[in-house]
Amino acid sequence: MGFPPEIILEAVLNGLLTGAVYGLVALGLTLVYGVLHIINFAHGALLTAAMYGAYVARTALGIDPYVAALPLAALFFLLGYAVQRLVIGPASRGKDENILLVTLGLSIIIENLMLAVFRSDTRSIDAPYAMDVVEFGPALLGYPRVVGFGATILVGIALYLLMTRTATGKAIRAVAKERTGAALVGIDVAHIYAVTFGIGTACLAIAAALLLPSFYVSPRVGNAFVLVAFTIVVLGGMGSVVGALLGGLIIGVVESLSGLYLGESLGQIGIFLIFILVLLVRPTGLFGARA
Amino acid sequence: MKAVLPILAFAVLMGLAPLMVASNVVLNFLVFTLIIALAAQGWNLLGGYGGQYSFGHAAFFGTGAYVTAILQVRYGMNAYPAFTAGIGFAALVGLVIGFLAFRSGLRGSYFALVTLAFAEVFRVLANAAEMTGGAAGILIRLQANPANFQFAERGTFLWVALALVTLALLATLALERSRLGAQLVAVRENEAAAQALGVDVLAVKLRAITLSAAMTGAAGGLYAQYFLYLDANIAYGTWISVEALLAPIVGGAGTVFGPVLGAVILHGLGEATKSLAGSIPGIDLVIFGIVLILVVRFPPRDLPGLLRLRRRA
Amino acid sequence: MTGTGPDPAFLAVRGVTKRFGGLLAVNDATFDVGEGTITGLIGPNGAGKTTLFAVVAGFEKPTSGMVMLEGEDITGRKPHELARMGLARTFQIVQPFAGLTVRENIAVGAFLRVAKRSAALEVAEEVATQVGLADQLDKPAAALTVAGRKRLEVARALATRPKLLLLDEVLAGLNPSEVRDIVPVVQGIRASGITVLMIEHVMQAVMNLCSQVHVLAQGRIICSGTPAEVVAAPQVVEAYLGHGAAKRLQGATHA
Repeated sequence: MGFPPEIILEAVLNGLLTGAVYGLVALGLTLVYGVLHIINFAHGALLTAAMYGAYVARTALGIDPYVAALPLAALFFLLGYAVQRLVIGPASRGKDENILLVTLGLSIIIENLMLAVFRSDTRSIDAPYAMDVVEFGPALLGYPRVVGFGATILVGIALYLLMTRTATGKAIRAVAKERTGAALVGIDVAHIYAVTFGIGTACLAIAAALLLPSFYVSPRVGNAFVLVAFTIVVLGGMGSVVGALLGGLIIGVVESLSGLYLGESLGQIGIFLIFILVLLVRPTGLFGARA
Repeated sequence: MKAVLPILAFAVLMGLAPLMVASNVVLNFLVFTLIIALAAQGWNLLGGYGGQYSFGHAAFFGTGAYVTAILQVRYGMNAYPAFTAGIGFAALVGLVIGFLAFRSGLRGSYFALVTLAFAEVFRVLANAAEMTGGAAGILIRLQANPANFQFAERGTFLWVALALVTLALLATLALERSRLGAQLVAVRENEAAAQALGVDVLAVKLRAITLSAAMTGAAGGLYAQYFLYLDANIAYGTWISVEALLAPIVGGAGTVFGPVLGAVILHGLGEATKSLAGSIPGIDLVIFGIVLILVVRFPPRDLPGLLRLRRRA
Repeated sequence: MTGTGPDPAFLAVRGVTKRFGGLLAVNDATFDVGEGTITGLIGPNGAGKTTLFAVVAGFEKPTSGMVMLEGEDITGRKPHELARMGLARTFQIVQPFAGLTVRENIAVGAFLRVAKRSAALEVAEEVATQVGLADQLDKPAAALTVAGRKRLEVARALATRPKLLLLDEVLAGLNPSEVRDIVPVVQGIRASGITVLMIEHVMQAVMNLCSQVHVLAQGRIICSGTPAEVVAAPQVVEAYLGHGAAKRLQGATHA
């Protein structure tokens, strides 16, 4: 078990970097939960779709994922808005178990549409910088991971400004706190719900563009990420944005270290066990957001 | 007795199939649908009657399947006791997961999440462990002999599967008319009220998840005996968690015939789509997803006529 | 149920305090319910009556204090255990099993004492007759009127064959004629040997039904006695109408 300290340091740092992007994936999930109070089981499938979006942008149009990130985010905002407004909202009729089933249905549809179009092959782009490394003291960090970390911080700042400085942001926070009251003062709750869902989906699109240079994409790739994202959200406290980002970093490190010690395939177990433990022992999350 | 008649009628009609149809494709389809129906009936006990929506019934299906296979392949046990042990282990897994989840008061989305996570843990473990054959999977040796729970004719296997599904239908009917059934439905409708009326909510949920896991585990064991091959993505894959949930939701959760009806509708649709759309992978599942959303959006209970044949529990 | 006469400490609540974070919902409440009586628990809105009920019925653990039923300490027992011991409650906000029929709703209560479905359904019919729901047995519970749902609450609780029945505002939200219809039902329950503790706002009914009344205000029992005594007590008048009200009223009658 004795790895040299610089290997462990490198694993921790790379875990932190990957964890930031996980945090971004979780951010969308927790935002939707915090405002709409629904657990979106289609989150992983939407991430898959976004990764294919970035893949197509690169292979068919020759656009680098980092360049495609923003237009993709805009596209996925619209997609998310439409999905909430036209499918989830009307179909769930306000009942918790219906939302569960509708988002599950959506995830089945999206995942299998991807399978129908792209078949089950795993694909990747060969970005010229995919193997580049950045030296950080004794540790070598993957360039895509460093970019991902930086971009996540930027998205976090942008979201913070959106939430605190804009009328839409204030309306979102009002709806999250007190839906009926918000409706009474003239806020269009259905619209705000859809906007929030759209923002969550846009976060996914950016995460997808950040992941693609260093990850494979396949129709089921979202499943792996979504369980990680659920773990992060539960760990950070359902609905807590800061919790999601911190939780992402923690999970990134756990995954990286358990991968180092247990090997790739068993490495995931650590995450699931954390997930189960947190759910069982402290469903409100480590940073205890709402009950 | 009147309520038993439709079950017997179903058994007789379905039982005639091997005598009328020689096509292996059709028989395969029917056997597979019956296995799904059995797994789904298990889900229905907990989800349909008890209102606890599991997204991880693969944990029980896979345990039933793997135990059935491993005891034969690694320990030379006869298939029948191995199958029985598979059901027992699945029930035990159900009890343990149920105890952990329900004692912590998890329900709704949280319960769905935790069951999903448990199933994934099992999948990753089975994919890595030596006992299960790892990623290569495990193969039960082909010895077509009724003494080995293997049959030369697909039709014979269909009868066996049908017998198990019929038993499951009868068991569900018995549950529906029992004290446990009434208390389970009460828990689904309103936990606090059920408690006030003396229902031990935790005990009722635990009994339900144990029965549910046993039934879905039996479907897993049946799957192992029919296909004679398992790997982690088959046994513990999300596909079976989804199938087990879809059929009752589509056919009518919390009804005796819902899961069978749903399995037939879904797989009938699936086959039809495949024959129309050709060999596009996943297209049948796209249809499943659309049907699921439509059923939630427009509950058949609210529709007039034929579809309303089924009765609420 | 006859014999040595009413035992004053059939249900004994001793120094029960319930705190929710910074909120003191029930503050050192002590009172008795005599066997075979109908006892009232009244008080202004937000006095802590429902919380006190929840503590007695096992839905909330008290922060401190003790609840005893027939001399046995039942503090902190689970609701289903208490139901088995013969303590049943209704909910202020009715909680029907909406998807089930009236008959099936009541049968869930009956199943506490009988194991067979046929027997449970028989009990359900009996109890439905007792509370006046006999002609609605096959209706879905969701289709009942407010008054019907209140009756259903009572029926389900009765079907568990309780010794002590806690009624949480069964008359609230009913019109005067519906109230008049339910009063004899409650009297009938007592006549069948069941002790009743009721939270109630409709004073007319409290005066008619209860032999003993406890008044809860701001989490404390401020007065106990017969309905007439309690209504005349100055501290009760003040609790309802505000500080100084008793004096003003007295002044008004004397003038």
